[in-house]
Amino acid sequence: MSTIALPRTVRSTFPLLRDPALLVPLVGAGVLIYLAVLPLFMLLLGSFQVEVAPREFITSLKNYKEAYASQHTYSTFVNSLIFAGGASLLAFALGTILAWLVERTNTPLRVIFVPVAVVPLILPGVLEAIAWIFLLSPKFGYINVALTNLFGLQSPPFNVFTLPGMIWVHSVGQVPLAFLMMVAAFKSMDPSLEESAMMSGAGTWQTLRRITLRLLMPTAASVLLILFVRTLESFEAPALIGIPARIYVYTSEIYLAFSEYPPDYGRGSALAVGLLILSALGVWLYTRSTREGKRFQTVTGKAFRPRQFDLGPWRWVGFAFLLTYFLGVVLLPFLVMLWASFLPFFSAPSWKSLQLLSLENYRYLSSFRPFWDAMWNSVILALSTATAGMVLTSLIAWVVYKSRLPGSWILDFLAFVPITVPGIVLGMALIMLYVAFPLPIYGTLWVLLIAYVTRYIPYGMRSASGAILQIHSELEEAAGASGASWWQTFWRVTLPLLRPGFVAGWIYICIVSFREFSTSVLLATGDSRVLSILLFNMFEQGQVTVVAAIGIVMIFTLLAIVAIFHKVSGRVGIQA
Amino acid sequence: MIEIRSLAKTFSDRRGEQVAAVNKVSFQVEEGRFYTLLGPSGCGKTTTLRCIAGLEKPDEGEIEVAGEIVFSRGNFVPAYRRPIGMVFQSYAIWPHLTVFENVAFPLRVGKQRFSSAEVKSKVEKALEQVELGSVGDRMATQLSGGQQQRLALARALVREPKVLLLDEPLSNLDAKLRERMRVELRELQRRLRITTLYVTHDQIEALSMSNVIAIMNRGEIVQEGSPREIYLQPHSEFVAQFIGSTNQFSGKLRAFAGEGCACVETPMGELLCTLSGELAPGSDVVIMVRPENIILHEARPPETANVVEGKVATVMFLGQYLDCTIELGTDLLQTHQRHSLRLRRGDRVWVELPPNDCLALKAKG
Repeated sequence: MSTIALPRTVRSTFPLLRDPALLVPLVGAGVLIYLAVLPLFMLLLGSFQVEVAPREFITSLKNYKEAYASQHTYSTFVNSLIFAGGASLLAFALGTILAWLVERTNTPLRVIFVPVAVVPLILPGVLEAIAWIFLLSPKFGYINVALTNLFGLQSPPFNVFTLPGMIWVHSVGQVPLAFLMMVAAFKSMDPSLEESAMMSGAGTWQTLRRITLRLLMPTAASVLLILFVRTLESFEAPALIGIPARIYVYTSEIYLAFSEYPPDYGRGSALAVGLLILSALGVWLYTRSTREGKRFQTVTGKAFRPRQFDLGPWRWVGFAFLLTYFLGVVLLPFLVMLWASFLPFFSAPSWKSLQLLSLENYRYLSSFRPFWDAMWNSVILALSTATAGMVLTSLIAWVVYKSRLPGSWILDFLAFVPITVPGIVLGMALIMLYVAFPLPIYGTLWVLLIAYVTRYIPYGMRSASGAILQIHSELEEAAGASGASWWQTFWRVTLPLLRPGFVAGWIYICIVSFREFSTSVLLATGDSRVLSILLFNMFEQGQVTVVAAIGIVMIFTLLAIVAIFHKVSGRVGIQA
Repeated sequence: MIEIRSLAKTFSDRRGEQVAAVNKVSFQVEEGRFYTLLGPSGCGKTTTLRCIAGLEKPDEGEIEVAGEIVFSRGNFVPAYRRPIGMVFQSYAIWPHLTVFENVAFPLRVGKQRFSSAEVKSKVEKALEQVELGSVGDRMATQLSGGQQQRLALARALVREPKVLLLDEPLSNLDAKLRERMRVELRELQRRLRITTLYVTHDQIEALSMSNVIAIMNRGEIVQEGSPREIYLQPHSEFVAQFIGSTNQFSGKLRAFAGEGCACVETPMGELLCTLSGELAPGSDVVIMVRPENIILHEARPPETANVVEGKVATVMFLGQYLDCTIELGTDLLQTHQRHSLRLRRGDRVWVELPPNDCLALKAKG
């Protein structure tokens, strides 16, 4: 009632406040610029500044010279390309074969395999890397030990601390993504395109070669591109495997520039700008290629069951492939982590070590203060990032798709910007911003919250805009016609209708925030340390079995979130 | 040209139960004829077509195409070895190829090889046939819906198959275009004299294009005949209701009254009806009469059979005709009348149901 009672003069001073349809876009744009653009601007600015005397800066290209004009940078560049190229090709190949076997062949038990292939998605990259070190380390890796003993080898057959090792570790983590994208591609393909080839006289292999594969090309290109960019941006394998092995890629160079003493912000940000440009280029090509792909859509009629290739006896080969993938890539890393978490010190499975198994690590964790602090930080951050992110993106999605305001596409663009920003670059940019900015949040949870929200705005936008497009404008107009104000309409009609998309996005952001690593590694220090960083630090210090126990706790926490999601999504009607 | 003998195909539904999609269907299509499978969705017409194409493997039965058994127990000729051209409901135009390449595809795959000059002339001929001669080098996706449809047809015909299968090819077109394509498709079929099997749920398409129509329901053919027979002499309630609109009321057959005629007792009195099928006196029947055959009189017509008194319930002007609903006791009767009839709601009328147009069918169950 009080707003209504405001004197006329006061109300007319703030005309914007009376029209939320204008206020929301403006505030939204402001927030987005603050989150997504300002840090990048500071990063760019910082990359041209050189400290000549304490607190005295001049503008120069020295940082770039230092960062790029050296033999060392050249090898970093080559390493990055090999790493990203190799991992994206491997992940794509594995994911495509799995998707094809599951979607398009009569391989036995393929139906059960779909959820199995996706489970590793929740495994944090840091844990994936640690698990594979447990398995493939030349000194103590279980697979190496087993193979050496079994065949009486002179030297261990595998060494994870190499570029191929990094490629392997990163690509197995990317397979689920490639798998999901290719399954979608196989599913969305009108089977009558293949059937009409058969009716034209083309046999199975001719159809596969001349029609199926050709039609998949645009999707394949975009999947490869996104995998390439993601690998380029990743820091898990480069940190845990690359740095000890002295194999440096872009992300690890940025990290080292920051963590050496004294930190070289100038060189770090010059490197970060380069990585940003590369990744932005990749994202640009990706959006272009997916837009091109739309050209390939044709009229679709009723959907038949997709055509399945009869593999004959070869289906058992397919089955063996699925089984090997499941046992070797999905189950084994988890089992080795579980096993190690019960050991007092890392040792190969044997009768002797069987007697050493105990819950000691977990007992230790229960009274280990830094663990509980990090757990608390991670949980708080996951919950608040998800909530803040989804509220923000719901409002922005509304502005973009419903307000019909001229220039609302700018908001859409701004909300998309963070997807081009690699996690470690964002970390670097935020450091540059809050070192210069008179806001004392550096080193607190706030800066992490800002970082996470910024990073996951594009994901939130995807859920929110998907949901908001489903809402027919007339539903809102009807509320307006019934006398509801803008906020009342948003609160009572739009938001409830948005709920399925909101919940889906919320859970997703919750999960990815909980396991975030590459941004936190620069921003989370001391009191603001989160679980993934605690893991990293303790692994560096050599407390590997305690690390395994933390990893197991983390995995089960994530599984619990997913389980809750399944329960909740059933209730609010989301198709997971 | 096509012969199907006791074809059967079952699917398991979502709960894993077996559902007979096609249940012992037999029919025969003679050379050069236009044969239509007509029925509601889920009646098994498309499954039948796909079995003939070789895209589905039947459980039982025999399929013979152009004198060759393409399916029988232990013998399955794959789709790409059958002398068949097919047009899909979605057209299934390959988006990565040009118009020309789409049509050339059937000539470039398969057993018989053609020189590039032959391919060119054959493709051009096929495109000419469907009036797409000028768009050969365009990407297929740049064509409009109607053009894609013609392209699909050209691709199906380019191999000069013995049999053409069409799976609801017009259902994705808008109403005006559909009407035109109906005529064009039929003309092309007549000119090429190609044996054609057409699947549709649209009765107008079936009635206007076919030599023979087979009405399918729940995996079985319930009636086969010329369009005229199907429309004028439906053998069952299902066929009468599926084709055109119809009024129906139940009655009891009292006595025969001459060749194919009988007296039927109904709630509105005794009616003279034409009999359809074998019926015995005393049996329950359903009487079908189409709205356009009912005549309304403003005064009782003298010496006319089957006249009942009623009251006008509604009058609707529909452009082509007047839709008059007449109240007969508790029954409502739908009729189509000419505009010249001046009737208003509540008027008393005399309804004439011409005995030739009142069809008495055996009642279900």
